[in-house]
Amino acid sequence: MHNKTIAELAKGLRSGEFSSVELTTAFLDRIKQHSSLNSYITVTEDLALQEAEAADLRLAKGDAELLTGIPIAQKDIFCTEGVKTTCGSKILDNFIAPYNATVVNKFNNAGAVMLGKLNMDEFAMGSSNETSYYGAVKNPWDINTVPGGSSGGTAVAVAARLTVCATGTDTGGSIRQPAALCGITGLKPTYGRVSRYGMIAYASSLDQGGPMTRSAEDAAIMLQTMAGFDEKDSTSVDLPVPDYRAGLSKKLEGLTIGLPKEFFGEGLNSDVAATLEAAINEYRKLGAKVTEISMPTLKLAIPAYYVIAPAECSANLSRFDGVRFGYRCENPADLADLYTRSRGEGFGKEVKRRILMGTYALSAGYYDAYYIKAQKIRRLISEDFKRALSEVDVIMGPVTPSTAFGIGEKIGNPIEMYLSDIYTIAINLAGVPAMSVPAGFAGGMPVGLQIIGNYFAEDRLLNIAHQYQQVTDWHQQMPKGFE
Amino acid sequence: MSLTADDVKKIAHLARLGIEEQDVVSYAKDLSGMLDLMTRMSDLDTDGVEPMAHPMDQVQRLRADVVTEQDNREKFQAIAPQVEAGLYLVPKVIE
Repeated sequence: MHNKTIAELAKGLRSGEFSSVELTTAFLDRIKQHSSLNSYITVTEDLALQEAEAADLRLAKGDAELLTGIPIAQKDIFCTEGVKTTCGSKILDNFIAPYNATVVNKFNNAGAVMLGKLNMDEFAMGSSNETSYYGAVKNPWDINTVPGGSSGGTAVAVAARLTVCATGTDTGGSIRQPAALCGITGLKPTYGRVSRYGMIAYASSLDQGGPMTRSAEDAAIMLQTMAGFDEKDSTSVDLPVPDYRAGLSKKLEGLTIGLPKEFFGEGLNSDVAATLEAAINEYRKLGAKVTEISMPTLKLAIPAYYVIAPAECSANLSRFDGVRFGYRCENPADLADLYTRSRGEGFGKEVKRRILMGTYALSAGYYDAYYIKAQKIRRLISEDFKRALSEVDVIMGPVTPSTAFGIGEKIGNPIEMYLSDIYTIAINLAGVPAMSVPAGFAGGMPVGLQIIGNYFAEDRLLNIAHQYQQVTDWHQQMPKGFE
Repeated sequence: MSLTADDVKKIAHLARLGIEEQDVVSYAKDLSGMLDLMTRMSDLDTDGVEPMAHPMDQVQRLRADVVTEQDNREKFQAIAPQVEAGLYLVPKVIE
């Protein structure tokens, strides 16, 4: 049961092959069996079984939707009413959200069954899931390696079949990078496509939620539920949501693919490069035309991002002050001590580093040199994408410079960790959608192919990924011991 | 560009962020490394480029000036560290 797609499970639920309670129980058992991966922060067993019973009733009455009765899990960045929502941080270790994120409401309305809340880097700041207050998450392909981050718990839960599908969020690569390192499919939608209401903010002009699944078809089904205008999110975009599944079967004859030469140069592991070359050849066989392009501003994405994201984070995280919710230090001497110690004791080192960086970049005398300069570079990067995507239909490239690195290998060197996001960050600055699709293995570890499209072209990306998954089976591979 | 231990303490104060004395030097080193990374931005001439704050260059959406939120005071205060008579309590500010 645990290896079926959403469409297959929906069929099984309707034919009476199994009930949602049986399906949910099977996944809850797997979660217990593989708890050493540390992918879940909270397992909502009782709630899941209640939701599964309700789903079975809906199915019996015949008013079920495609996701009714399907087990999913939420990254612990999405607020869930009555359920602990930690964002991977000690400062929210006691936080029971008083309302649901819009994304959570949408899955609830569809009748999906929430299994629990997934581990993540603290406040989504990290590329290895090692900054979580709840400990590192292990990559099921090799438990000595990281799953990537920040949606590391999500990627592991999907890869190890501890849920059917799950949500992630992506500020600089946090859906695509863990999807690549764990061999699953991940989609970061266009900025504004999925509501950010109730999704705890890291860098508000970059954050975007999206689906993490085993296949492009499952991602299309999840995105169908997640996407759409929300008046509670002031940056939500009011555009119609296409039928994502309907577009999957379109043939790729005549598709033009651009490969930025900046993506395939120095720094890319040669085994990863060879794997990607093979994947791109599959696209040639499917009728695509491949050309080399140049995007000269890409190399400035990391410096611009590490000004803009920390600047926004330092403002967003000022709300955690020990007064209205979350952690408060013991015996504060005065109000200043209450703020300073609650934040000092509640936040981990990476979060503090970014708050300090952002505070500095926004402080008097440095604002123009760092923040305004970075925003100008952001404009040039976005123009580079617009120009490239007027010449080709999609851009392809690596997601990560190498396969999963070892737990503990980079955590002591933050700059090196930041540089590992070199292929993903520019996409967030521009706001365009991008996917990571399983494209093979290098040294036994998964490799992801990145597909980048124009604004609101999620349907096209899903179609391009789906067609590849019809002629390859990389997305169906399972880590040993988790079959 | 490099930051000193004193710079780090000053920034931490601006952010009302407690940091351990023994970590100040390592933060100074990490932040200096980040600033080195950022100096690469000056490689690109950005004269006359309009700063970009938002991917869609959106303006703030307006809505009718009507009350849409419900009173959730009790629900919100139930998760507060310390409340009394509907008020959030903090240490005394004025003697």
